[in-house]
Amino acid sequence: MSALWEKLIASLEFPFVQYALIVGTLVALCSSLFGVTLVLKRFSFIGDGLSHVAFGAMAIATVLKLTNEMPLVLLLTVLCAVLLLRTGQNAKIRGDAAVAMISVGALALGYLLMNIFPTSGNLSGDVCSTLFGAFSILTLSPTEVWLSVGLSLLVVGLFVFFYHKIFAVTFDESFARATGVNAAGYNLLIAVIIAVIIVLAMNLVGSLLISALVIFPALSAMRVYKSFLSVTVCAAIVSVVCAVLGMLVAIVADTPVGSTIVAVDIAAFLIFALAGKLKR
Amino acid sequence: MALLVCENASLGYEGTPIVRDLNFTVEAGDYLCVVGENGSGKSTLMKTILGLIPPLSGAIRTGDGLQQTEIGYLPQQTPVQRDFPASVREIVRSGCQGRMGRKPFYGKEEKELAERNIARMGLEALADRCYRELSGGQQQRVLLARALCATRRMLLLDEPVAGLDPKVTAEMYRLIEELNKKDGITVIMISHDLDAALKYADKVLHIGSTVFFGTKEDYLKSKALSGLTQEVAE
Repeated sequence: MSALWEKLIASLEFPFVQYALIVGTLVALCSSLFGVTLVLKRFSFIGDGLSHVAFGAMAIATVLKLTNEMPLVLLLTVLCAVLLLRTGQNAKIRGDAAVAMISVGALALGYLLMNIFPTSGNLSGDVCSTLFGAFSILTLSPTEVWLSVGLSLLVVGLFVFFYHKIFAVTFDESFARATGVNAAGYNLLIAVIIAVIIVLAMNLVGSLLISALVIFPALSAMRVYKSFLSVTVCAAIVSVVCAVLGMLVAIVADTPVGSTIVAVDIAAFLIFALAGKLKR
Repeated sequence: MALLVCENASLGYEGTPIVRDLNFTVEAGDYLCVVGENGSGKSTLMKTILGLIPPLSGAIRTGDGLQQTEIGYLPQQTPVQRDFPASVREIVRSGCQGRMGRKPFYGKEEKELAERNIARMGLEALADRCYRELSGGQQQRVLLARALCATRRMLLLDEPVAGLDPKVTAEMYRLIEELNKKDGITVIMISHDLDAALKYADKVLHIGSTVFFGTKEDYLKSKALSGLTQEVAE
C-alpha cells in the first residue's frame, strides 16, 4: 500500500502530471455542466456524432503533420455542430439520420486517411490513442495546456452567464420562443459549446468515450436531486471527483486514463442510482 | 383598439394552407374559445398567434400596445418535461425570460413577480418541490403561473384541461375564469371541450370545414340552424 502511495506522490511532482490534473479537472467540469441540457434536450446523439467528427478532424491534422492539432480540430468540429443543427431542423433528412451519416463517414474517412498517409510506424497505437485517449492527457504541449485552460474557463463562464436562458430553452423551447427568447440562437450556442467541450475532452478520454464524460455525471445527479440548480452543481462535483480519482488510479495502476475515468463514472452512477432508490 | 386582429389570414406549413381567409378580433377582456375537429388547424392558429410560424398570407397583428412576446402561453406538456429535474420556483421564474431581454440574471422585480404568481395559483407550499413529482393539475397550475409571469394582459391556453380528472378540470376552469373576470386578463382558449367553451367563453371561434366567429349566443343560434353540433360531436 505504502509503495503505491509513494509512487503517487513521486508522480505528482512531474509537471506533466500536474498539467494533466489541472486540464482534466477543468474538462470534467465543463463537460458535466452541459450534460443535463444534452440529456434532456435529446441532444446526446449530437454529442456522440460530433466526437466521431473530431476523430476525423484529428486524422486530418495528423496527416498534415500540424504541430498543434487543436485549432484545426476545433474549427472542423464547430462547423459540423452548426451543420448538424441546421440539418436537424430540415425535414428532408431527419436529424438522427444526418448525425449518423456524418459521424460514421468521419470515422471511416479518418481511419482511411491515417492509413494512406501514415505518419508514424505505430498506426494502430495512434488510432487507439485518438479513440480511447490512452495517455494523451499526459503528453500535452504547453500550448495545448493553456488553450485547454482558456477554453474551459470560457465554457464555464458562458454557462454561468446564460444559465437561466439555457434552462428556459431546455425546459420548454416553444414557450421560450413565444415569449421572445432567441431559442435558435441559444441552440446554436449550445451546439458550438458542445463541440468545444468534445475537442477539449478528446485529450482526456478519447473520442469514443466523450459521451460518457458528458452523460454519466448528469444522469447520476438526476437520480437523487430534484431541481435544475442542484442537479447541475451535483453533476459538476461528481464529474470532477470521478475525473481526479480516475486519473490518480490510472497513474498508480498504469491503466489508460480515459477508460479508468469512465469506469469511476459508472461506479458513481450505480451508487447514485441506489441512493435514489433508497431515498424514495 | 383590439388586442389581436386576424385579417384574411391563411395558415399552414410550407405553403400548404390548413386554414384559409380567417378573420376575427379579440378585444381586451374577452374570453374566446377556439373549437374545431382534430386537424382543423387549432394548433397552427395558436403557433401563428405566438409568432412561432408566419401566416402564409394575410396578417395576425397585436394592437393596443400589446407585443406579440407579451402573450402568456400555456402549452401542452411535452415528454421532455415529464422527467425534467426542476423545482416549481425555477419553472415559474423562467416565465420572466421574455421581459428580461439580454439581462442574464433574475433581479428583485422578477423574483417578486414569480412569488406573486406562485401565490396566485396557490402553489406556495409546493414552490420547492420537483415539478415531475406533482399531479397533472398541479403541473398545469405551475405552467399557468409561468404564463402569468410572461403577460399582464393576454393568456393563450392550449387544451388546458387535457388529461385532468373532472374535479381538477372544474377547478382549472374556475381559476381561468377568475383571471378573466377578476383580473381582466384576456383569454384565448383552444379546446376540444365544447360544453366548457359554451359555459365559460363569451366568444367562439369555430374553425374547420365551416368557420364561425361571433358571440356565444350567436353561435348557439347558428348551431341550432346548421347542425354544427353534429360535426363537432364527431
